[in-house]
Amino acid sequence: MTAVDDHPALEIGKARRRKEDQRLLTGRTRWTDNIQLPGMLHLAMVRSPFAHARITSVDTSVATQAPGVIGVFTGSDLDGQGLIANAWPLNEEQKTPDHLPVAVDHVACAGEIVAVVAARSAAAARDAAELVDVDYEELPAVLDAREALTDAVLVHPELGTNRSAFWQLDSAEAGTGGDVEAAITTARAEGILIEREYRQQRLVPAFMEPRSTVVDPTGEQIVMWTATQIPHILRFLIAATTGISEAKVRVIAPDVGGGFGGKLQTTPEEFATLAVARRTGRPCKYTETRSETMVSCHHGRDQWQTLTLAATKDGTVTGLKVDLLADLGAYVAILGGGVPVLGAWMFNAIYKFPAYQFNCQTVLTNKTWVDAYRGAGRPEATYAIERLMDELAAEVGVDPLVIREKNWITHEEFPFTSVAGMTYDSGNYEAATARARELFGYDELRAEQRRRREGGDTVQLGIGVSTFTEMCGLAPSRILGALNYGAGGWEHASIRMLATGKVEVLSGATPHGQGHETAWSQIVADRLGVAFEDIEVLQGDTQIVSRGLDTYGSRSLVIGGEALVKAADRVIEKARHVAAHLLEASADDLRFSAGQFTVAGTDKGISIGDVANAAWRGHNLFDGAEPSLDSDATFDADTFSFPHGTHLCAMEVDTETGATRMRKYVAVDDIGTIINPLIVEGQEHGGILQGVAQALWEEAEFDDSGTLVTGSFVDYTLPTAADTINFVTDNTVTPATTNTLGTKGVGEAGCIASTPAVVNAVVDALRHLGINDIQMPLTPQRVWKAVQSAGTDPGGPSQEAQPHFAEGALNQDPSAGATDGAAQ
Amino acid sequence: MIPAAFDYLAPTSVEEALAALAEGGEDTKVLGGGQSLLPILRMRLNAPERVVDLRRIDELRGIREEGDHLVIGAMTRYSDIVTSPVVRLHAALLAQAVEEVADPQIRHRGTIGGALVHADPAGDVGAPVLALEADLVIRGPGGEHTVPSNEFFVDLFETAVGEGELLTAVRIPKHTGWVSHYEKFVRVKHQWSIVAVAVALQVEAGTIAAARVGLTNMGSTPLRARAVETALQGRPASDVGDACERAAEGTNPPSDLNGDADYRRHLARVLTRRAVTTALGD
Repeated sequence: MTAVDDHPALEIGKARRRKEDQRLLTGRTRWTDNIQLPGMLHLAMVRSPFAHARITSVDTSVATQAPGVIGVFTGSDLDGQGLIANAWPLNEEQKTPDHLPVAVDHVACAGEIVAVVAARSAAAARDAAELVDVDYEELPAVLDAREALTDAVLVHPELGTNRSAFWQLDSAEAGTGGDVEAAITTARAEGILIEREYRQQRLVPAFMEPRSTVVDPTGEQIVMWTATQIPHILRFLIAATTGISEAKVRVIAPDVGGGFGGKLQTTPEEFATLAVARRTGRPCKYTETRSETMVSCHHGRDQWQTLTLAATKDGTVTGLKVDLLADLGAYVAILGGGVPVLGAWMFNAIYKFPAYQFNCQTVLTNKTWVDAYRGAGRPEATYAIERLMDELAAEVGVDPLVIREKNWITHEEFPFTSVAGMTYDSGNYEAATARARELFGYDELRAEQRRRREGGDTVQLGIGVSTFTEMCGLAPSRILGALNYGAGGWEHASIRMLATGKVEVLSGATPHGQGHETAWSQIVADRLGVAFEDIEVLQGDTQIVSRGLDTYGSRSLVIGGEALVKAADRVIEKARHVAAHLLEASADDLRFSAGQFTVAGTDKGISIGDVANAAWRGHNLFDGAEPSLDSDATFDADTFSFPHGTHLCAMEVDTETGATRMRKYVAVDDIGTIINPLIVEGQEHGGILQGVAQALWEEAEFDDSGTLVTGSFVDYTLPTAADTINFVTDNTVTPATTNTLGTKGVGEAGCIASTPAVVNAVVDALRHLGINDIQMPLTPQRVWKAVQSAGTDPGGPSQEAQPHFAEGALNQDPSAGATDGAAQ
Repeated sequence: MIPAAFDYLAPTSVEEALAALAEGGEDTKVLGGGQSLLPILRMRLNAPERVVDLRRIDELRGIREEGDHLVIGAMTRYSDIVTSPVVRLHAALLAQAVEEVADPQIRHRGTIGGALVHADPAGDVGAPVLALEADLVIRGPGGEHTVPSNEFFVDLFETAVGEGELLTAVRIPKHTGWVSHYEKFVRVKHQWSIVAVAVALQVEAGTIAAARVGLTNMGSTPLRARAVETALQGRPASDVGDACERAAEGTNPPSDLNGDADYRRHLARVLTRRAVTTALGD
């Protein structure tokens, strides 16, 4: 007889407050900028003010003599500074410009580093940076992706073109569906054809903690502390591009204050700090200012989407063709063109489209480089398809929920292989939609909308629908290999059973605010049957967790959580044999439940903590036993996970001013099994607002010379709690079938779903005025101009910021004299 | 965000402060609540040699009644104005406007005097100070003089406060019993006004006996919308007609990321109507 183990869910599903929050919220913790080392130098960066220029000379002589300055280094002073790598070339033909951390003779965007000052204090470094005299020969810059396609101005003349790569997925060619051109021809003749161009504006991943790096080169091993999402990948790329032995590089991501993908990068600042530390032989620290973050941290989105949706007259979609133009900025970043290409599997979303084609052209421009930003490729795709489905509903003349139901995969049809060739394991779109509809009060709000419309109210009401899915758990290594990505997508975990009964959990998924310490403790507590409080989580240090692929793409729980389960199961198996020896029973007769091994049919038993202690002492083990229960596991998924959900949004639109106001927002997400509902709620609320911000508020805008106009939070209008309402969030649970826990991932869901929900709602409020699109962000001026012109004027604002601070001028100028400040 | 080095002085009296300004010459900046000057210094848009901090000067702080006037010290913080019962009673418009400034942190630091002398036309104190026909008390080496609000704002970031002088107080005639409203239009709450309108009305026996309208961010300084005032005066409170349509007359609003000049003119008209309507309690 073999006893059957079980793992009662005592912790999983509990809304535990986060273990890490006290230290994170009070700031009494190891933020990188808090680290002080003996003899540490402080760095300041000299950055290019020009979007495109040749560096003709850099005169550092005055700066070098400034008080407290130890050295000033140009790109050519820093041999072996390494390279900023692109890990995901879309194909062998991809044009990838060399990206040096500190530029040597050419800058391709404003904000590039041209020299580094090292001084005894941060103030001395900053002062001396102003004394570095750089001569630039300004070159023409190309800022618009569509203009860049003409190659009239080249971002990197040595490449001969601005086109970086072209990537296609065609369902007919892949054998996953029909011919999209045939579907379009038929729809043009006898069905419905929706043709649209949507703009995914450029965004700044405005994480809370500016980036900071400390490098200590004084030991045998070089240690780098840095505010990163990816310490393990950074360690690998430092070794791979500088020639330093990987074993001599230790990267530590201490507590990291947010990232949203913005810290999924190996940065010029990290490599410059490393190079100067090695050059001076002294610990060095660089912490950026918020103004530097805005211009030099990679940006997100920035796509032009040309879309053709073919359908029959009753609203059954017969094909979708997507042409993306993705602006990479000045360089191909670590994921680079891979971000828009992630959309290839998502434009078809939750629908059964018979034919599909996805084309993506990536292009270089003289702007800040672009890479992953919360959702990375999937929000852009979701926006496009969810906007199109609303347009189709309007064309057919039915409710947008009806058109979705007509086209979506029903819950009986899972597992379902999509037209893009992706197999969705599970889902229940009907259930999530029904729940959202109920919480929203859909019919009542529709009735109110009708009343306002009929009454000609100044304030109109619109309802926006977004029934999204996403692919999470990035990513199965074999799929990454097929896509030419430079690494795998597994995750690693270790569990150490300490002599005192405490448990150390090590995970290679490095958090930057997600609450891993709490969630991992809950998972391991249930699996091993030990107390939540007895578990300590160690992470973010390549020396402590030697293997890991870090945190992005909603992967920590789906991949990293499963690695924890596997490591815990190995601990249990090792313990079972030790316990059997101690209990004088056969291992097969032991049942493990809630932390206790018991012998079937007897009252004999022992806790796993006591077994761990016995193993540590090693006094009484079976012959050949290893005196340790510690176990490792590395998990690699076979496929992605597919969270989904239905978001409903009601927006009020003031037709007189163009102002929009959120009235109600309901999100029902199906993210599979929930480990901690409180953490999930936090992710949903934060994610929703971040997506709403793209719809309404945020855009990184450059002027005609390539200067970032929205260079501070004065002009980059980031919302705060005062700008939003309480979202209603709920979950349906359809466990994933692809991992033991049944989890799917939640970090990006809100941000992916909410943008189209908001825009759909605003357009819905104004559709009777002839409006079927307004460009994001939906500024009041854009909305007002759309109303004024019945939709023909997108109403782009001027590319200038209003001055709020007088530059270089005293504001007390008596010579100006007093004049009447009155209007008339 | 480290400013260039400067000498820092924190005098404890106005006399000392004036002496520090005189000695420092033109490369001296006055620090009030720091909500504009500190960003300027930290972003290195300006690098004065000397900063004179007024925070230790008690005589510049506080709100008091002087007969028909309220006197608000230049270093009085926004948050003190918002919570002041006498301001609510006699100059409600100012409290309503100040309550809309940025966010709580800034309102706990920023001062009315600092904002007035900084003279950002998008700031929220200029328009109510104009509409309430306040007087600005300025002290310099030659003594004290008072400038009426309509002569105070000179141009973008320029006021009647000369070099070596300090704004010490704002004297506001009591508007007890007036109705008022500050209508502010922004995209996000903590932003500078895209346009805002300050309205104070004296209603007697159902008729608008007096009307004062100030405009925020409709030109290089805060403005008085006198055409609207004239049109409102004498009209029944129950029917202000199209008086507010004249709100943008004579203005020269900026065009920027938040909106172009035409849009701002349109907003001025709509917001003025809404401010008047709200003030009248409709």
